[in-house]
Amino acid sequence: MNKTKQMVLALVGVVVLYALLKALIVTGIIGPYWQIILNESMIYVIGGLGLSIIYGFTGQFSLGHAAFVGIGAYCAGWFAITFSHYGIWASLGSLVVGMISAGLVGYLIGVPILRLKSDYLGIATLGFNFIVYDGMQNSDKLSSVLGGAQGMTGVPQFQTFEWYFVTAVIVFILVRNLVFSSHGRAFTAIRENETAADVVGISPARTKIMAFTVGCVLAGLGGALYAHNYPYVNPDSFTFLESINYLIIVVLGGMGSMTGTVITAVGWTFLLEVLRMFLSLLGPSFINLRGVLYALILIVVIILRPQGIFGGMEASFLVPYIGRRKSNAAAGS
Amino acid sequence: MVTFFQQVVNGLQLGLVYALIALGYTMVYGIIKLINFAHGDVFMVGAFMGYIGFTFVKLPWPVALVMALITCAVIGVINERLVYRPLRYAAKISALISAIGASFFIEYFTSLNFVFGPNYISYTPPIKEITWIIGGVRITDIQVVILVTVAAFLALLQLLIFRTKLGSAMRTVSFDHDAARLMGVDVDRTISFTFFVGSGLAGIGGVLFGFAYPEIWTFLGVMTGLKAFIAAVLGGIGIIPGAVLGALIMGQVEIMTAAYISSQARDAVAFAILIIVLLIRPSGILGRNEPEKI
Repeated sequence: MNKTKQMVLALVGVVVLYALLKALIVTGIIGPYWQIILNESMIYVIGGLGLSIIYGFTGQFSLGHAAFVGIGAYCAGWFAITFSHYGIWASLGSLVVGMISAGLVGYLIGVPILRLKSDYLGIATLGFNFIVYDGMQNSDKLSSVLGGAQGMTGVPQFQTFEWYFVTAVIVFILVRNLVFSSHGRAFTAIRENETAADVVGISPARTKIMAFTVGCVLAGLGGALYAHNYPYVNPDSFTFLESINYLIIVVLGGMGSMTGTVITAVGWTFLLEVLRMFLSLLGPSFINLRGVLYALILIVVIILRPQGIFGGMEASFLVPYIGRRKSNAAAGS
Repeated sequence: MVTFFQQVVNGLQLGLVYALIALGYTMVYGIIKLINFAHGDVFMVGAFMGYIGFTFVKLPWPVALVMALITCAVIGVINERLVYRPLRYAAKISALISAIGASFFIEYFTSLNFVFGPNYISYTPPIKEITWIIGGVRITDIQVVILVTVAAFLALLQLLIFRTKLGSAMRTVSFDHDAARLMGVDVDRTISFTFFVGSGLAGIGGVLFGFAYPEIWTFLGVMTGLKAFIAAVLGGIGIIPGAVLGALIMGQVEIMTAAYISSQARDAVAFAILIIVLLIRPSGILGRNEPEKI
């Protein structure tokens, strides 16, 4: 299989997937409610790929990913509301604003804290998540549009499925190309052994900051889409528990597997919704069981597959034709 | 000035409770390098056991304290056995994820109606409040009870770790599992024992927390546990005096921020201080900066 053939196949795959989902939406099998969940799963794909770059590929433990999603959501929401008289351009612009703001904050916070290692980095990012959360709670003091603890309303809504699907596909292609570029190899080198990477001429500081910033840009993009998918943006959607959701997506999917991140992001979102649906059908007293089942699924899956569901695996159409080796993207630490 | 000293006393009360929880985090991290996310929830169970003990069973409070200690210690050991041990030699992150799962499980399971229920519970502490005023500063008997209990258990812990065979086993395992095994230390049992002691201390912390702030619910352990954990990191994780020092600092920071800046900012300031300390001293205040192994 040569390169052109591989590209054509991937393209056909995307179109077929789109047609399939669109057909389900048009025929009403996926109703308006589930379509929003589908959009949400795309947001998790985008944000999850961001954390996958930071943690899965570069090995920089972040427990504060939701903070960057939140920054993206708030900045994009603010932009879209303030310039709403420009219509669709305001919303398109807000996606860019969400990416830039989260990326900038990620860069500025990344420069000092990426010197920390493993658990300490996780704790510092966790702390950052709390600081951002408190900032969001008091954001009404900055601009009344942001709403503070009340949450932000009035962001123009775009629940069209195409927006989310196309963005997710573009992000996925870009991330795939990044991962298999020389930068991507530098990321993996840093994850496997920082000292060894340094010795062969990869600057750990620069590479880590780059991976972190790119990951935060994607988180910001996810956040910007979030603001357009839900009429109500609330600080409580971006707590450290949400960061843990992203972490679960990356780890359960398998460290350093884009396939795993994407499938787990979609699967996890739908699993939680189906659980909610199913238990509320059984009766109001069962709804509290959701958390218990959620926790049990988490524990059982991670004990059965400690390396993640797709740990060390990558869908074959993603891997470049030349030098198709298992070692590059696979082999979780 | 009197208000300031009053805040110092309040901060000390909070810090001492944090210290009991932080010890469990630091001991477990010291021995298996795992952030035991479920530890805060074990603390919450302790608070509930204390409440159930002296409200429903009408036990005298020291008996309720012991009951909470034993329950929590057993929960900690079961948790380690079922959830952490299968992943002991897997990647660290897998164990962390299962710890998060265990934490969610305890929180949601206890908030089911037939366990503790999902609501806030307020109650009267079993100790009648007596207030002494010393130089304008109010000190309650509850604060004295907390201080004495924490000091007593700290002394016991110090004895346990440095004067007993089990304690030296714990210290050996925290250096190197394999070397400890070669020296004839039963590593699995030592780790279980560490969980037993750490969780028991959290149980006591829970009961004392209930004395000082008698309003509890099943998600109590999330924030309190996290703050105790960052206290342990602040002091230098894996180091027992560090956990106490970090907890006392954390208590002061929180109370002082609430009193002089804004009570909404107390979490943000606490975490900002943590980040700054980590940037200056990456392994905490009392932590040693170990050279990296190549």
